[in-house]
Amino acid sequence: MASRPELQNPPEIYYNETEARKYTTSSRIIEIQAKLTERALELLALPDDGLPRLILDIGCGSGLSGETLSEKGHIWIGLDISQAMLDVALERETEGDLILSDIGQGLGFRPGTLDGAISISALQWLCNADKSCNDPRQRLKTFFNSLYQSLSRGARAALQIYPQNAAQLEMISTAAMRCGFSGGLVVDYPHSTRAKKYFLCLICGPPNLNSALPKAKLGMESDESGSEVDSDNDEHTVTVLERQRPSKKRKVEKKVKGRAWVLKKKEQRRNHGFVNVPRDTKYTGRKRKAHF
Amino acid sequence: MRLLTHNMLACNIKGVTNGFPLGIDATRVETKEVEMNPDFLKHIFPKLRWEAFRAAAHSLGIDNLPEQVDSNMLLDEEFLQQFHHALLEVHLEEGALICPETGRRFPVSKGIPNMLLNEDEV
Repeated sequence: MASRPELQNPPEIYYNETEARKYTTSSRIIEIQAKLTERALELLALPDDGLPRLILDIGCGSGLSGETLSEKGHIWIGLDISQAMLDVALERETEGDLILSDIGQGLGFRPGTLDGAISISALQWLCNADKSCNDPRQRLKTFFNSLYQSLSRGARAALQIYPQNAAQLEMISTAAMRCGFSGGLVVDYPHSTRAKKYFLCLICGPPNLNSALPKAKLGMESDESGSEVDSDNDEHTVTVLERQRPSKKRKVEKKVKGRAWVLKKKEQRRNHGFVNVPRDTKYTGRKRKAHF
Repeated sequence: MRLLTHNMLACNIKGVTNGFPLGIDATRVETKEVEMNPDFLKHIFPKLRWEAFRAAAHSLGIDNLPEQVDSNMLLDEEFLQQFHHALLEVHLEEGALICPETGRRFPVSKGIPNMLLNEDEV
């Protein structure tokens, strides 16, 4: 059995009643979803005027992420492809409106209506070709095109993804850039395997001064003070390439055997009965001159 | 589904150029009270298509919305109350949304519209 849910079944089948139930009962899942949503909201960088916004939640599932949005006072609309997950959302009496739809078929909103969009762990599903009519590239393109249309100018989208590999990550981000989005990838906790989170942070419209990419979180997940210290450091956004570069430095560092080692070896030879062992002098084990 | 969402939704079938507004065929409508937020109403007002909003409200049985509106009316408490009620409190629970161009029906059950398209509509 494959460990990634994307490899097991299409989303509308994978998220059946049993799987959906987990999203109400597991406190761990609830906590993770809430944390991710808060971070995504942070990356949305909505103007700090306390005004409620109209936010789109892509792949809202059982409405866990929507709950965080409601807490912050925003009005939201949730999209999901799994009926079972939406049923759970109804049970939880989430405040946002829910729509059963396939984001690979386009979003179907009027142009310029939304103030922002978030998505928690949903986009990687688009890379699957579950049916013969599904072409991942085409679906990604349709999705990003319709997202770009429905967002108002200057609005942002913060999309958290679990890419299967670097190629998939590249496919998703290239598709986004081709549709006119500016922005890029923010990798939180790049040095930790478990806590590492990819956020595709997209800005609707051409890049300008206000649309600088938000900074990634470094350090350990629970170590809040650690990330504060690192905040003057410039290397906040770590690209994937940088992580895969082999470390050349380590190979150069050879262990040099010193005078103590030479003396020990010579003593051993004498104890074994060898007679032609040179005397110990001040020259023994001395470093050679640096001739060129 | 609230009328706010209805006002943002358009038909997504390939080849449809004007999929807005979706017609409403309502069989069950519910009202759920929520707290009014005047700031949000003012924020969303310019983005709404009033004509479509009024027509949609009419099909859900709300007839007290004025035909002509401008942003000055948002200062009127009574209008705000009506606006808020129609926009955020009335829910379409059972029924269907109808594409204005093709007549395709999107069923709405338990308040969730099913906007999934068939293979030939993508």
